[in-house]
Amino acid sequence: MADQLCQTILTQIRGTLKKGGAVVGISGGIDSSVCAALCARALGPKKVLGIMMPEKESAGESRTLAEKLAQKFGFETTLENISSGLEGMGCYQRRDEAIRELFPEFDSSYTAKITNPTNILEKETFNFFTLTVEDKQGRIQSKRMPPSVYLQVVASSNLKQRLRMTTLYYHAEKRNWAVVGTGNKDEHCQGFFVKYGDGGADLKPIAHLFKIQVYQLAEYLGVPDEIVRRVPTTDTYSAEVTQEEFFFGLDFYHMDMLWYAMENSISPAEAAKVLDLTVEQVERGYANIERKIKATEYLRMNPLEIV
Amino acid sequence: MAAIDQSAVRRRVREFIGETFLVGNEKDKLNDSDSFMQHGIVDSTGILELATFIESEYSLTIEDNEMVPDNLDSIDNLAGFVARKLG
Repeated sequence: MADQLCQTILTQIRGTLKKGGAVVGISGGIDSSVCAALCARALGPKKVLGIMMPEKESAGESRTLAEKLAQKFGFETTLENISSGLEGMGCYQRRDEAIRELFPEFDSSYTAKITNPTNILEKETFNFFTLTVEDKQGRIQSKRMPPSVYLQVVASSNLKQRLRMTTLYYHAEKRNWAVVGTGNKDEHCQGFFVKYGDGGADLKPIAHLFKIQVYQLAEYLGVPDEIVRRVPTTDTYSAEVTQEEFFFGLDFYHMDMLWYAMENSISPAEAAKVLDLTVEQVERGYANIERKIKATEYLRMNPLEIV
Repeated sequence: MAAIDQSAVRRRVREFIGETFLVGNEKDKLNDSDSFMQHGIVDSTGILELATFIESEYSLTIEDNEMVPDNLDSIDNLAGFVARKLG
């Protein structure tokens, strides 16, 4: 699979896009690490540029892990701290203003995160968003978000992904290289990306791969262990939140296995046996994945035109 | 206290769903028992809007553990839920 992927990346970048190399946003996470490693293998490390784009709320280890990756695969990196750009766009100020509608005492000494229910196999539940804040004494409060607060928090936070996309294209266009998107199939098809943010790219070499396949590829390619073992987070909010808590509601193993089963028309009864779940749990899992795919179709659409 | 008129709740909810999530005369084709989730009418942002509407319209509070399809996932379910909350 790795060789085939590399051949495709080479053909897409040189043949289809007519570009000389690849620019990859590297976060120290497994997806961007696998993408950068594949590009280095496909094009040669001299034709890959890894861009690290931390901001003031990024996890400290992100940069360390990204540098370790670059060292392992021999490609060049550039550091672009996007905090001042985000300040200029009002990212933090607009987001915090929305948070204060629910928690008036919220200030820069607090951390915050958004979560969804994670018991989606156990019972029928709607995906709704809860805002959790923690003060510096460790006191935690949570409230369900009304739509106006949720939408403003997300719209402000999405500025992070959109500014990163802008930064990647600056570096790519300067070199006449291509921007490589790093989303996997779970993210791409269920809509866990920002339109024209991390969803904005010239090619997406792992958008057809389940997360568990990305892990397998990472091990095969020799991605550093610390990156492989790191729990996937959103690295978007000031409080750490896993991708399962924020969006998927399910661990990657069960999600990918259920999705594979669903795509291959495996009956809930059969899937239940293999996965040691009840039939009802499998049916809920199938339904949840289908709903997310349908609800986020607009994210994968090109702009609508009148013809 | 008079029991809430569930037909009136159904009409008001149908109006809200039509104005907020549907196009043209789609709201007239929606059956009272149709699941919003299964018909792709309401997504995760939409459910917040629906919950906020019900809370505001009927001056009640929906607890997090009440944010379940049995209570909110069709016009019928919503009418029954509102009646139970206010009954």
